[in-house]
Amino acid sequence: MITSFFLRAFDGKALLFLAILAAFAIAIPAGNLLFPPDHALHVPIYVVSLLGKYMCYALLALSVDLVWGYCGILSLGHGAFFALGGYAMGMYLMRQIGVCGVYGNAELPDFMVFLNWKELPWYWYGFDAFPFAFLMVLVVSAVLAFIFGWFAFRSRVTGVYLSIITQAMTYALLLAFRRNDMRFCVNNGLTDFKDILSFSVQADGTRSALFFASVAAVAVGFVIARAVTRSKFGKVLIAVRDAESRTRFLGYRVEHYKLFVWVLSAMMAGVAGALYVPQVGIINPGEFAPANSIELVIWVAVGGRVTLVGAVLGAVLVNFAKTWFTGVFPELWLFALVGLFVAVTLFLPKGIVGTIAQGWSALRQRRRSVRAEAGIDEAPYSGEASMKHQAAE
Amino acid sequence: MLPLKIILFALFLALSALAGPSVSFAADGGSDLRSLINELAKGSYDDTERQIGAIATLGDEAAMPALQALGTNDLMARKSDGIVFIVKKAGRNYELFDAITGEAAGEAARRDMERIRINNRLRRAIRSALGELTLMSKNPERRMKAAEQVFKARDPEAIETIDQALQAESDPEIATLLRQARAAAVLNSDASEADKLAAVEGIKERGDQEARALLASTADASEGELHDAAVMVQSHVEQILAAWNAAQNVWYGLSLGSVLLLAVIGFAITFGVMGVINMAHGEMVMIGAYTTLVVQEIIRTSAPWLFDFSLFIVLPLAFLIAGAVGVALERFVIRFLYGRPLETLLATWGISLILQQAVRTIFGANNRKVGTPSWMSGLNEVGGLTITYNRLWIIIFSLVVFAVLVSVLKATRFGLYMRAVTQNRRMASSMGIRTPWVDALTFGLGSGIAGIAGVAFSQIDNVSPNLGQSYIIDSFMVVAFGGVGNLWGMLVGVMTLGVVNKFLEPYAGAVLGKILVLVFIILFIQKRLRGLFALKGRAVEA
Repeated sequence: MITSFFLRAFDGKALLFLAILAAFAIAIPAGNLLFPPDHALHVPIYVVSLLGKYMCYALLALSVDLVWGYCGILSLGHGAFFALGGYAMGMYLMRQIGVCGVYGNAELPDFMVFLNWKELPWYWYGFDAFPFAFLMVLVVSAVLAFIFGWFAFRSRVTGVYLSIITQAMTYALLLAFRRNDMRFCVNNGLTDFKDILSFSVQADGTRSALFFASVAAVAVGFVIARAVTRSKFGKVLIAVRDAESRTRFLGYRVEHYKLFVWVLSAMMAGVAGALYVPQVGIINPGEFAPANSIELVIWVAVGGRVTLVGAVLGAVLVNFAKTWFTGVFPELWLFALVGLFVAVTLFLPKGIVGTIAQGWSALRQRRRSVRAEAGIDEAPYSGEASMKHQAAE
Repeated sequence: MLPLKIILFALFLALSALAGPSVSFAADGGSDLRSLINELAKGSYDDTERQIGAIATLGDEAAMPALQALGTNDLMARKSDGIVFIVKKAGRNYELFDAITGEAAGEAARRDMERIRINNRLRRAIRSALGELTLMSKNPERRMKAAEQVFKARDPEAIETIDQALQAESDPEIATLLRQARAAAVLNSDASEADKLAAVEGIKERGDQEARALLASTADASEGELHDAAVMVQSHVEQILAAWNAAQNVWYGLSLGSVLLLAVIGFAITFGVMGVINMAHGEMVMIGAYTTLVVQEIIRTSAPWLFDFSLFIVLPLAFLIAGAVGVALERFVIRFLYGRPLETLLATWGISLILQQAVRTIFGANNRKVGTPSWMSGLNEVGGLTITYNRLWIIIFSLVVFAVLVSVLKATRFGLYMRAVTQNRRMASSMGIRTPWVDALTFGLGSGIAGIAGVAFSQIDNVSPNLGQSYIIDSFMVVAFGGVGNLWGMLVGVMTLGVVNKFLEPYAGAVLGKILVLVFIILFIQKRLRGLFALKGRAVEA
């Protein structure tokens, strides 16, 4: 049954997308590792890391699309789950530094020695083991999402109210993580990582592997999201989005559906954050900033919501534009981002992918009706041509 | 020698009387005092005592440093010319300071200076002269300050002088202060147990930090009945202090709340009428603040005499500019997004970024200081409360704005339309109200009020391009807490939040306090989704 659940995710378009992802996942690391630096096909390592970063953003955008596009929950606080996942991974990486740190303390990370803390705070225990850290990436985001969602959905907070309290949530976490006594190294964040799974974080091979893992995560996230949204469960989600009260009257426990998809989405965001941190090399409270969370909503809006591919595409495109813009016209980036966003909301409410898909199906529809009118079933182009020919005469 | 001096003095008096009393004190007061001080070094102890008396009758406060220096053996005369200086040891030499102004006047070798010697009789004379200069001065403010100082000094030897001053004192307030000063001195002396008990009672009514400290040291130093009494009175004083402290917190909370009120009103009416969350609302506040900045710059360069009235020019201007930006925002963006609240949220957020970036490009990213007119600066102390005038004005101002807005909503045709659209848009439209027009004006009104809030804000804090950002979550919290489209609920919500914030700060720190408030409101929304003062009936779902 689970197999059939997932099998439903694979249709022609999905397979095409996954195939592109797979080609991408293999070509980029290969370009870096197989070709010598002066070869035309060589991919510099910074590009690999940059693309890896985009992939993490893409996974994050997928998670937002899942709740916003399919369930109508506009989260302005998804950055919080991303950052929590990142922190869990960052804690693991800090513990991995071990005796390689400046102070050479096997037990305490450098900043704790520096700030004169005598022993490890209890919540840092266990983070020296990767499986535990990875579990925490999922659990921490999921628990926060569960508690928050439990309260919010149970009392039927919806619409802009929900959006704003998600923003308040990430804002509160931002303030909390900036406090000294939280023992997450305050504003500088966790950084200066050395090893992951005893491979050097800086090495080309590790970076390529991280990139590969990120693409794989996007693929897995895509399959899960697609399986969920194409199932009966997904249909109920869409019903909740479009007519919540009506769905409730039909006997569905709306809050359970919402809670499930919300927690799932938070876990995806957490994984994205966990993959992001080793590739970027730092995690700090700035990741909790409400502006970040809103920006990632913009990626989804630009790419097109309710189209999982659109979220991925939007994240990659917008971030590519950001990298390019901040390199060429740093002061104009903000204007460009906002202009793009306002233009998209006003003129392309379905986003890029959504609009293309709509145009495509409209085109097919028109052709079909033209064919039907002309009474021709085959060779539509010749039919059209002959009609034009007749009209010209 | 002596008769000659008296003759000279008489001559001097006669001359100054001839020159007219007003001139003599203004022009010759300093040199008169200086000659008297220089005279201190001459003659016997008796002569010096007479000079001290003369200085005291002169009643000039400028003599105090010299008299104090005399009391501590730091007043010396230069042997060469007999001029008197206040001295401080500096290695083998003395550093010299002018006896009246206290300005440094070079150094001198030890052998060049002669100490003005004093005995116990002179010491008493000095003390009473000092007391006369201060505690019995003709100027009541100076007397009050002196009494305050004597209280802090807790000098047992001052009791005699205080008693003299008390007999002469006519102002009841100063008399009370003097009695407290006497009580403090008694507590510090070796007076009898009964006297001290009475003194403890006398301290009780004072009830401030000083009194608490005094009682605490008394309690430490004593035992038995006096100890118990001191401890009891101390706890009483602490209660009074806590009450004042709470009052101060309420005051701060109210002033914080009133700034927030100005920022939130506009936000709330746009949210109430149009269901639109305007994330760019904070930027309207910023625009108002920058309007103040620009207008003040212009006034400073072209018409400085107008400066005290600048705010009256700025207020309408800020209202109009921010209002115009608001109307433009509504006409060109938000209008197309009605019925899509989530997109509106995001689009207005984007516009807020653009506005911020634009202001940053024009004015720079730095914090700028906006001037405060003279009638708004300064402070007043009421009991244990410190009340700064700018905060006071802002509270008054925001309440006035609130009252105006309420009357606009209740008493004008436009207000009627607005309420109608809030309650049922389609019905209002069917009745012939042009809802798009109401929307645009509502947006303009809300933004205009935010502009005014910016003017108020510029009076209490620095102006920076991202000052509006911090307001948006607070604003929403207030709206969520007080209820949508309900101005009274909002007033209560704002003030509660302000006060709660201020009360949490000392216990939990500013940041944790903020987090607690956020968490509280998130929980509060769970229980009462539509706020503290929810609309009832069909209007809820409309």
